[in-house]
Amino acid sequence: MTAVQLPRRRALRVPVAWRRPAAIAGSVVLLAWVLVALLDPLLGLQDPLQQSVGDAFRAPSAAHPFGTDALGRDVLSRTLWGVRSSLPLAVALVAGSLVVGSVLGAVAGYLGGAVDEVIMRIADLVFAFPTIILAMVVAAALGPSLLNAVVALLVVSWPNYARVMRSLVLGARGQEYVVAGRLLGAGPFTSLRRDVLPNVSAPMLVLAMLDFGNQILLLAGLSFLGLGAVPPTPEWGSMVADGVTQFSSWWLATFPGLAIFSVVVAFNLIGDSLRDALDPRTAGAVQGSSI
Amino acid sequence: MSGLDIRGLTLELGGRRILDGVDVEVPAGQVTGLAGESGSGKTMTGLAVIGLAPAGAKVSGTVAYDDGEVRVPDLLALRPGAMNRLRGRRIAMVFQDPTASLQPMLSVGTQLTDHMRHHLHLSRSAARTRAAELLERVRVPSPEAALKRYPHQFSGGQLQRIAFAIAIACEPKVLIADEPTTALDVTVQAGVLRLLRELTDDLGLAVLLVTHDLGVMSAVADTVAVMRNGSVVEHGSRFQIITDPQTAYAKELVESLPHTPPPGTGEGEA
Amino acid sequence: MRYIAIRLGLSVVLLIGVTIITFVLTNLVPASPVTAALGERAAGDPKIVAAYKAAQGLDKPLPVQYFVYLGHLLQGNLGTSIGTRNPVTQDLAYAFPATAELAIFAIVIAVVVGLVLALVAALRRNRLSDQLIRAVSVVGISVPTFWLAVAAYFLFFFVLHWVPGSGRLSAIYDAPPRVTGFFTIDALLAGEPDVFADAFAHLVLPGLVLAVYTLGLLVRFARSSILDVLNQDHVRAARAKGLPAHRVITAYLLRGALLPILTIVGLAFGSLLSGAVLTEQVFAWGGIGQYAYRASTSLDLPSIMGVGLIVGLVYITVNFVIDVIYGFVDPRVRVG
Repeated sequence: MTAVQLPRRRALRVPVAWRRPAAIAGSVVLLAWVLVALLDPLLGLQDPLQQSVGDAFRAPSAAHPFGTDALGRDVLSRTLWGVRSSLPLAVALVAGSLVVGSVLGAVAGYLGGAVDEVIMRIADLVFAFPTIILAMVVAAALGPSLLNAVVALLVVSWPNYARVMRSLVLGARGQEYVVAGRLLGAGPFTSLRRDVLPNVSAPMLVLAMLDFGNQILLLAGLSFLGLGAVPPTPEWGSMVADGVTQFSSWWLATFPGLAIFSVVVAFNLIGDSLRDALDPRTAGAVQGSSI
Repeated sequence: MSGLDIRGLTLELGGRRILDGVDVEVPAGQVTGLAGESGSGKTMTGLAVIGLAPAGAKVSGTVAYDDGEVRVPDLLALRPGAMNRLRGRRIAMVFQDPTASLQPMLSVGTQLTDHMRHHLHLSRSAARTRAAELLERVRVPSPEAALKRYPHQFSGGQLQRIAFAIAIACEPKVLIADEPTTALDVTVQAGVLRLLRELTDDLGLAVLLVTHDLGVMSAVADTVAVMRNGSVVEHGSRFQIITDPQTAYAKELVESLPHTPPPGTGEGEA
Repeated sequence: MRYIAIRLGLSVVLLIGVTIITFVLTNLVPASPVTAALGERAAGDPKIVAAYKAAQGLDKPLPVQYFVYLGHLLQGNLGTSIGTRNPVTQDLAYAFPATAELAIFAIVIAVVVGLVLALVAALRRNRLSDQLIRAVSVVGISVPTFWLAVAAYFLFFFVLHWVPGSGRLSAIYDAPPRVTGFFTIDALLAGEPDVFADAFAHLVLPGLVLAVYTLGLLVRFARSSILDVLNQDHVRAARAKGLPAHRVITAYLLRGALLPILTIVGLAFGSLLSGAVLTEQVFAWGGIGQYAYRASTSLDLPSIMGVGLIVGLVYITVNFVIDVIYGFVDPRVRVG
């Protein structure tokens, strides 16, 4: 019934974001890891699971550039295969929290009243626990597996999205074009879908980009504690854990740790650039006085 | 001449020339209006004079300052520390939106006394006594109580009066008023303008009044300089600019004026 | 005062919520806590299981169990840990000060250094120092804490021998007489400078490792809060008054940025406790983090509930204190 084209505000200024050197560097690193993940079987690496007890704890050499672990497995191969568990699971986790959090937040913000109260008080409660402790309990209860770790982190990470989504919806709801849409006869869900969501999607996506690094760290942290990946799966967090007690074999923890770091930095650089593009104030684009 | 003498003021920011040789005199005891549409550089002129141009701006030209006691041949040539000693003490400024130009978390008393204590080396109690007198002067009701209150407890018009009190606290000789009535309700604008005129006459201030509103100009300014694209295109008495603008641009500005001047500003009564 | 009362009321409600969450969470656990407590063999015998359930009140309906739990809670009884066989209250009394000592050390470092860096970055924005500080901040939030802990331990202990090994105290020393449970403070109170030096030396490395993430987080947010205030008119107005730079920065700029920064510190406290779990694990610190890890991997429900409760309590207290400070600094909240 409403054929009126209403204005769309705050389109994500992607082209601006991608011109920043930080965003370029982050994307290059990330792209490299995606390629590695896709091409792992073709890289001519050793089998990451192949044990060779005679070759245990070998320092980095031409045959094993990153050395070998306690079971004689090639650390380079395990590090490069590790991206296959970290990256897809992180994507699933962030996408999951984004969807769950956004839906709950949008419903809370748009309907208000008792629904809002219940959802937001639950979010408050989840916030009252440090992420990893709650996730630890859930992961331990479900039993160690990477998938359960993702579920555990999903339980603790949606409230952040819900809160932001709720405040965005509350802000957008009062905008004149949304009110106009309602007056022209759009029902609450039509209005939400057509007039509100397009305008809150950009900040939500930036939030998700900024959250990626954090979720990868938490996922790896749970695996480090033994609550995620199960041996012999090559996973970075549990590989670092293998190195904890083996101080003479520094390469065990170093390379998987650097791998985590590189992926997280890449996501944070991209996220920062996107945020700056959306909110020029933080980029220092405003001319102000300096003291 | 006593007051300010701005000559060839030029300001470049990020490769763009925002001021392009501004010439204007601001004599003591007079309100000199600086008119022009937004983007013409009038606000930037005020900021450049008081030494608060944005970071990275390149400023050239001269601004001579003279109040009989102190003479500075060129404010722009002063070291930052020396300029900071003049700021607030000899040259003061009032900004457009009083709800933004007062720190919301500091009491009016603190914001009214801290520069007095710094510049005039007054004791805490002496500064407070003077602060109460100043609030009385700008007609803020119950000054003693007002000192203890916070900006959010005042109306916009009262806040702008407080901002004027802060500006004149250290007995400056030059006052730069940047759109001082634009953010205010129409009903209180006239009162604030009258206060400005009164302070100018009583304290012998040299006032540079920046505004896009020729109605405001016609109410209080002695002379009006019309700016366009970073330079002054016409400068004359208020009467001449309003009744007989010489340049096409000034004519346009005058013609865009509403025909009734703001109520009770002296215009028409005089 | 009314503001504080409202905040206090909200905190209590939240705390009750925490007890419900810990309770429900532990009852949702699909793995049977009975098995965890009795072992596989005894759990196979229905009689023993029934007796155990009756003894623990596990045969009653859930709401009844909750109120029994709440009743015990109010008497300071958190049950007995299945893992350590000690009252959970007693375990926590030893683990909590260890974590608190570590966390306070870390947050003080992170806040002090973080604010200074954020201020420098904001005042010199887009110049080299700003770029460097922003890079440090991104690195800070991107380094896995557990890996940093391992790497720092390896480098400073194993290679350089700059710091003593893991734990809170070298084996040659006894823990100082217990007053606060903070080894550094207790050692000073007991007049044992050697013990203090040793305890402090043990504290520095895990404390710094723990501070890194929070530091990065604080720099990132505090910088943008300060930039926001820097662009406000009142800072320019303060400069137009000719006030000295330090006065403009402390009275006008930082005061304006204080509220958002306080909020961030409150949130950062949560991430700090998360980091503590991982850091304690590497440094064998013997605090709440390590205790929580042991409890959750062995499904030691009384311990898990105890940890959940104390951690929730800390979080709520910290945020209550921050709310009160909020009201104290912001006249718009205070005077209404």
